[in-house]
Amino acid sequence: MIKLGLWTLLSHWRRNPMQLFTLVIGLSLATALWSGVQAVNAEARASYDAAAETLGEGQFAQVTSTDGVIAQDDYIALRRAGWQVSPVVEGRLQGLRLIGLDALTAPNGLGPVDLTDGALTVETLLGGVIFATQDTLDRLVDVNITQVASADVAPGVFLTDVGTAQRLLSMDGQLSRLIVAETQPLNRAPLAEITPSLSLRPPQGGSDVARLTDSFHLNLTAFGLLSFAVGIFIVNGAIGLAFEQRRPVIRTLRALGFPLRNLVGLIASELLVLSVIAGAIGVGLGYLVAAALLPDVAATLSGLYGASVSGTLQLRPEWWLSGLAIAVGGTGLAASASLWRLAQMPLLAGARPRAWAMQAKRGRFIQALAAVSLLVAAGLLAALGSGLFAGFAMLAALLIGAALALPLLLDVVLGFGASRARGVISEWFWADTRQQLPGLSLALMALLLAMAANVGVSTMVSSFRLTFTGFLDQRLASELYVYTNDVDQAAQVQAFLKPRVEIVLPIRAATQDVRGLPTEIYGPTPHSTYRDNWVFLQSAPNAWAEIEAGQGAAINEQLARRADIAIGDRITLAGEPFDVLGIYGDYGNPIGQALVTESVFEALFPDIRALRFGVRMPPEDVPALTNALLAEFDLPDANVVNQAGIKAFSLDVFDRTFTVTGALNVLTLAVAGFAILMSLLTLATMRLPQLAPVWAQGLTRSKLGQIEILRAVILALLTTVLALPLGLALAWTLLAVVNVEAFGWRLPMFLFPADYARLAIFAVVAAILAALWPAVKLSNTRPADLLKVFSNER
Amino acid sequence: MNVKILLLSMLPSLSMAQGFAGLGTATDAFATPQRPAEFSFPADYGTHPDYRIEWWYLTANLQSEDGTDYGLQWTLFRTALATGEGTGWASPQLWMGHAAVTTPDAHYVTERLARGGIGQAGVTADPFEAWIDDWQLIGPNFDQLRMVATGPDFAYDMALNAHGPLIFHGENGYSVKSAAGQASYYYSQPFYAIDGVLTLPDGDIEVSGQAWLDREWSSQPLSEDQTGWDWFSLSLDTGKLMGFRLRQTDGTYYTAATWIAPDGATTAYEDGAFRANPTATTQVNGREVPTGWQVQLPDRDVDVTVRAINPQAWMSTSIPYWEGPVTIEGSHTGRGYLEMTGYD
Repeated sequence: MIKLGLWTLLSHWRRNPMQLFTLVIGLSLATALWSGVQAVNAEARASYDAAAETLGEGQFAQVTSTDGVIAQDDYIALRRAGWQVSPVVEGRLQGLRLIGLDALTAPNGLGPVDLTDGALTVETLLGGVIFATQDTLDRLVDVNITQVASADVAPGVFLTDVGTAQRLLSMDGQLSRLIVAETQPLNRAPLAEITPSLSLRPPQGGSDVARLTDSFHLNLTAFGLLSFAVGIFIVNGAIGLAFEQRRPVIRTLRALGFPLRNLVGLIASELLVLSVIAGAIGVGLGYLVAAALLPDVAATLSGLYGASVSGTLQLRPEWWLSGLAIAVGGTGLAASASLWRLAQMPLLAGARPRAWAMQAKRGRFIQALAAVSLLVAAGLLAALGSGLFAGFAMLAALLIGAALALPLLLDVVLGFGASRARGVISEWFWADTRQQLPGLSLALMALLLAMAANVGVSTMVSSFRLTFTGFLDQRLASELYVYTNDVDQAAQVQAFLKPRVEIVLPIRAATQDVRGLPTEIYGPTPHSTYRDNWVFLQSAPNAWAEIEAGQGAAINEQLARRADIAIGDRITLAGEPFDVLGIYGDYGNPIGQALVTESVFEALFPDIRALRFGVRMPPEDVPALTNALLAEFDLPDANVVNQAGIKAFSLDVFDRTFTVTGALNVLTLAVAGFAILMSLLTLATMRLPQLAPVWAQGLTRSKLGQIEILRAVILALLTTVLALPLGLALAWTLLAVVNVEAFGWRLPMFLFPADYARLAIFAVVAAILAALWPAVKLSNTRPADLLKVFSNER
Repeated sequence: MNVKILLLSMLPSLSMAQGFAGLGTATDAFATPQRPAEFSFPADYGTHPDYRIEWWYLTANLQSEDGTDYGLQWTLFRTALATGEGTGWASPQLWMGHAAVTTPDAHYVTERLARGGIGQAGVTADPFEAWIDDWQLIGPNFDQLRMVATGPDFAYDMALNAHGPLIFHGENGYSVKSAAGQASYYYSQPFYAIDGVLTLPDGDIEVSGQAWLDREWSSQPLSEDQTGWDWFSLSLDTGKLMGFRLRQTDGTYYTAATWIAPDGATTAYEDGAFRANPTATTQVNGREVPTGWQVQLPDRDVDVTVRAINPQAWMSTSIPYWEGPVTIEGSHTGRGYLEMTGYD
């Protein structure tokens, strides 16, 4: 009997293969979107982690020397004095970074290498082995050393034993720095007593690389979160469709005496199989999406922050699992409600069309209540909350609240339309659209979230781009930057440059605490380079003129926020009081900064000489001067920097970021469009009893089809209009709340109306495409089918 | 798996592949102990790099002025990836130090690891010095030593003075460890008087007592079917007793013992003469460890109950084991040390 029941249930799919197709593809698309974003995110994160762990920057205190070389004897002296330090040898091997560690003394968690290659022997280990990703190893030529591929080493880095590193880098008896273990024994002599020439650098709050890239990651994480929400709505819609259409079959089976329990079991297992298949397809699709996007993401991150991400994608189990989990879990979530209703409904009520869609009178009140409370909560969190968690909670409350409010708002708008309607057809149109709303609301919520995500993310990325280019203009205003090695060379370079260029701007800095926060103090030369490019976020009137006259100081936003300093407040620099006249954006810088004019700086810090110089000159002369400088002085290439090149590269990188977000935008909209298509298909078959009388009264089938498309366009437009403020609120939350909590600086928000208009057009096109098929189907409905509505009660 | 684990797992004597701590694996190029054992001092206080493993193992039973019992351990292990010394980082020698202080209700442990060849750890025979980092066992000679160790939560500084001769176990220092004939070179100095200061979280404590130093080296002291050992060093009212029981996979034991008269005269006992049976176990670090024993050497009318002063004396080091001071009651009384390995 069970076999027969299963056969009957499955026969539905045989008769409607297109529906099976849409169900599976809908689920697959949702899964693909989720796992694609996850894959890009997980891959980038894994690469950072490897980088951060390999470098060990920030995590541990370090013992360093001024010239970057520590005698191995000093290391032994420290160990024999009880200091738990571990040696690091660092250098370049064929242009790539080589790091040598001592596995016996390295703190745990440093230098991860996953190795399952059992072929290693003691001899190869003592003879020297280097670990790196396969990509990195492939770039190595003619090195007589055992090479082992390991995916967990940071890209572009060779990891090896300290002794092997010394040999490869010709650094016998020399180390680069020492990592200080967190746990140290009692009775340890101070560093200065053992090795006076070395200094101790305290651990940093987190790695610089991680800090900067986190800002970009937030973007992707937010997108992942939103795509998850969109995915859940779609899975829900797809399952609802499958249930709705099989009600008559279920009623008949039950009326024939098929036990309810078996029926529920059969449907549940059928859905499980379908969701696993769809999930697997989705993960596969997600892989393709991620593989297509990842090279751009990798290029973006490495260009922006110097964080290297391997350009190849690995099938990481975490996103395989999360992809399948969202497919199966989402299906289960959606199906449990439907199955519960199936189990509760009276035997014969099962076939009443729209029985469940219409039973939501009381539900609507609860929904309104929930929506309002969530939106109020979001507002309260924005006004009163603090901390990253509050930021994300606000984001969630805002999105869910808005999604829940959508059907109610649409209902109000449609009600308004109905009250203004003149003529029979118009009145029927509004009333009928209103009546369809409950069935379409899930799909429209998905569209709302997809649109809001697109508006929010593109606003954030574009704002970031504008801010960043402004920042580049400010910080890289000079055409050429020269880094000298010592004071003598600095004087020679300055003398060499002076007759050849417009002006040489020395860059010098001192470090001290301002209100307890570590702060770099700069003393720029009075020049239009600074006046024109350093734009203040807030300032006193005439700020630059006052500062150049030695009357005050400017500070960066980080210092202003952390020390709670406002314009007009007084700070102390090297014992002297200064009024704060300007606050400027300093994106990505973890510590405080202050600047006073050159003459004041020289008075405050007479011992500090500039080793770096910015050079203003005609851009076309930069290459020639660079060559002349390198010929005249013993300077490494890296010490002469052409800023135009850096700027062009940075912008190029940003444009690649747009490729990524653009592709994800199209994909989310496609999925939302698919949700609309499925919902309309669901409604199409159920609505025959409502359409038949209209047809009987003289409205042609093609006219009915046109009205269907019009309805979809109106609903999509309304949703888009509502999505715009939601998306902007989302962007504002990310830029002004989450970013401040996470990084201590606020990204200014810019608006991009042209982008939003384009998005709205996309959304309407998606809605039209989604409505097209049901409309064509409707206009081709056989009159006999429409007549049947009057002849039987189904 | 990080590099550290990777490297450690590569070390034959540290891997858990066979027997306890890999002590049962094949030796290939390493030298093996031969009988008759012949020693030459002071050279044999120092290292034997052609043998795979070697240790300088000191345990002490201490008491403070108020009569509280303390235990102390200072151990330096040498393990070789290959024979010979080698210079710089290429040296195949690796060093591991363990230090511990046991009180009746606390156990402080710390570990140090070092590569040979760079001066971070090593042993010189004359003048004698064994060191790893800031830990030292140093003296003008082997009879007068200063012993220092520090950890994150404890430290000690001790003076040692020997009041008796070196003791050679088994056949004049050739100590057989299995029926198949595996053996090590093994001698002890059980006659140290010790005093000094323990630094514990609650403050400094002056202590004094007796210490026992074991020197042992070999390349494969256990046979492949031996999984661990229970080792006793007991200072009784009529003499001292060293006895060990090697546990074999078939459930049988291989035992050996040395009876040490107060003047240093020794009697060696072969397999079966010495008996040790657990009478009580304790849950330690998620495993059952015997912390009460009945120890018998019928030939000397020894039938005593041995109890851990602190049953939680677990050495949570790279290779974990149990090591701590014990009390002795029964036919004889006294203090001693118990080491148990292979309870995983």
